[in-house]
Amino acid sequence: MSQAQYQNDMSTYDVNRIRADFPILSQEVHGKPLTFLDNGASAQKPRQVIDAMRSVYETEYANVHRGAYQLSERATERYEGARDIVQRFLNAKSRQEIVFAKNVTEVINLVAYSYARCVLEPGDEVIITDMEHHSNIVPWQLMRDERGLVLKYVSCTDDGEFRIEDLAKLITPKTKLISLTHVSNVMGTVVPIKEVAKLAHEHGAKLMVDGAQAVMHMPVDVQDLDCDFYAFTGHKIYGPSGIGVLYGKAELLDAMPPFLGGGDMILSVTMEKSTWAALPAKFEAGTPPIAQAIGLGAALEYVSGIGLEGIAAHEIDLLNYATQQLSSIDGLRIIGTAPNKTSVISFTMDGAHPHDISTIIDQAGVCVRAGHHCAQPLMERMGVPATTRASFGMYNTREEADTLVAALGRVREIFN
Amino acid sequence: MMDDLRELYQEVILDHGKDPRNFRKVENANREATGYNPLCGDRLVVTLCVDENGTVQDAAFTGNGCAISMASASMMTEIVRGKTRAEAEDLFQRFHEMCTTDEDVDFTDDEDLEKLMVLSGVRQFPVRVKCATLPWHTMEAALRGESEASTER
Repeated sequence: MSQAQYQNDMSTYDVNRIRADFPILSQEVHGKPLTFLDNGASAQKPRQVIDAMRSVYETEYANVHRGAYQLSERATERYEGARDIVQRFLNAKSRQEIVFAKNVTEVINLVAYSYARCVLEPGDEVIITDMEHHSNIVPWQLMRDERGLVLKYVSCTDDGEFRIEDLAKLITPKTKLISLTHVSNVMGTVVPIKEVAKLAHEHGAKLMVDGAQAVMHMPVDVQDLDCDFYAFTGHKIYGPSGIGVLYGKAELLDAMPPFLGGGDMILSVTMEKSTWAALPAKFEAGTPPIAQAIGLGAALEYVSGIGLEGIAAHEIDLLNYATQQLSSIDGLRIIGTAPNKTSVISFTMDGAHPHDISTIIDQAGVCVRAGHHCAQPLMERMGVPATTRASFGMYNTREEADTLVAALGRVREIFN
Repeated sequence: MMDDLRELYQEVILDHGKDPRNFRKVENANREATGYNPLCGDRLVVTLCVDENGTVQDAAFTGNGCAISMASASMMTEIVRGKTRAEAEDLFQRFHEMCTTDEDVDFTDDEDLEKLMVLSGVRQFPVRVKCATLPWHTMEAALRGESEASTER
């Protein structure tokens, strides 16, 4: 964004008003104010989302798509209304391209089982990176073993950057699918999806994008990116858990067989065979997460109401400030220093293991994540057994970054 | 709460963590197991030499883990030497109880457990109990002839 835009977004962003929307943030932990810096794992929920879900259960709940009574009609309207909100949020061409699922892991498995396993041929190549979350590695290993696909990967640089030239080197005429993270959950590295989509399509390959760590930090326009599949999850964008989204281009989803079979995804069923419902129902078997989808819609409206540009500017300021403060700690090394990254900071401290770091700073009310972050190959690539990760969200402040730094001082006292 | 931290990270623990005993592979090992902590970030390999009477002649460990898991592994390899399989497994039971009990039990009449008492501070940090018990689960798996261990089995 331009400097002028950045300044404008910064000056109108009222983090205290935003914090007041999140009931849990006023909690104390071990007698200290809660400093929640684990948004990468899951984000807290604003009252607007909590209230939307409560109102569903209190006044508009019934199963969807199947009742001929008013209450069911209202529930269906709210549920399908959430789908429209998601379509607008991603700027998808049609609502048929928005499929609700449980989470990103389920979405990637859906693409693996319905697209890679059924549409691709043995010997076709799938390319991922060594930065991926296990959910974007394991399903492809399963497909490699089951369908005879060839699985290759791009390695990130020592700084945790993604280089498109390295991807280009791996592409062959047999490459049919590239599946990449939009933003690294460990390092915050942003992958240039638009450029990758162009490269993929030039070589006759499709592009699947894991946007779990992206949609809360930047506007995502799937038509502009021109990706073929895009996944994100509700609980990381201030919505409830149990709801994830698959965006897929209609012509691709049309050509895929169903993932899960059951009610709602069929047109007709006999004991001999069944026929499938139209999109998106074909991929939504059984009773969906009704209140969760509606909660997701409320979360996306909340975020859009504040404005993703403003959120991004606020978070980048936090990232720069926290990075600078952390760099002053003896023996602290930041893992992942790409120039283009979101507000995620993974680090190691000499002589102190992430488990110990997080236990100690928990006493000061600071919540961070310790371990592999479901990215064991990346840990190996970066030469570390584990990291501690602080991930900043829309309601975090510079004061909280200071609290983190002060708490790490206590770690230094114990592990000197 | 600060007292809990001080109790967890006593000097002995930090010492074992910084300078673990038996941090090597047993030379004529006939048992080996790798243990992973589901609270991910600890990975330990325990090697043992068990004689024909089922007595542990030598125990050692390698790997990477937090101060608690490294200290516990270090102490475990010292204590199990000379123990039979039954004695080692029984000690693990008692150690596990010590790490998880709510009561303020006095273990001073149990010679082995007294040495491990420094780790009992982990009681105040339930999530870290797995760090303390991982080396023991791994040792037990090795004794049983299995190659992989977790604290969940």
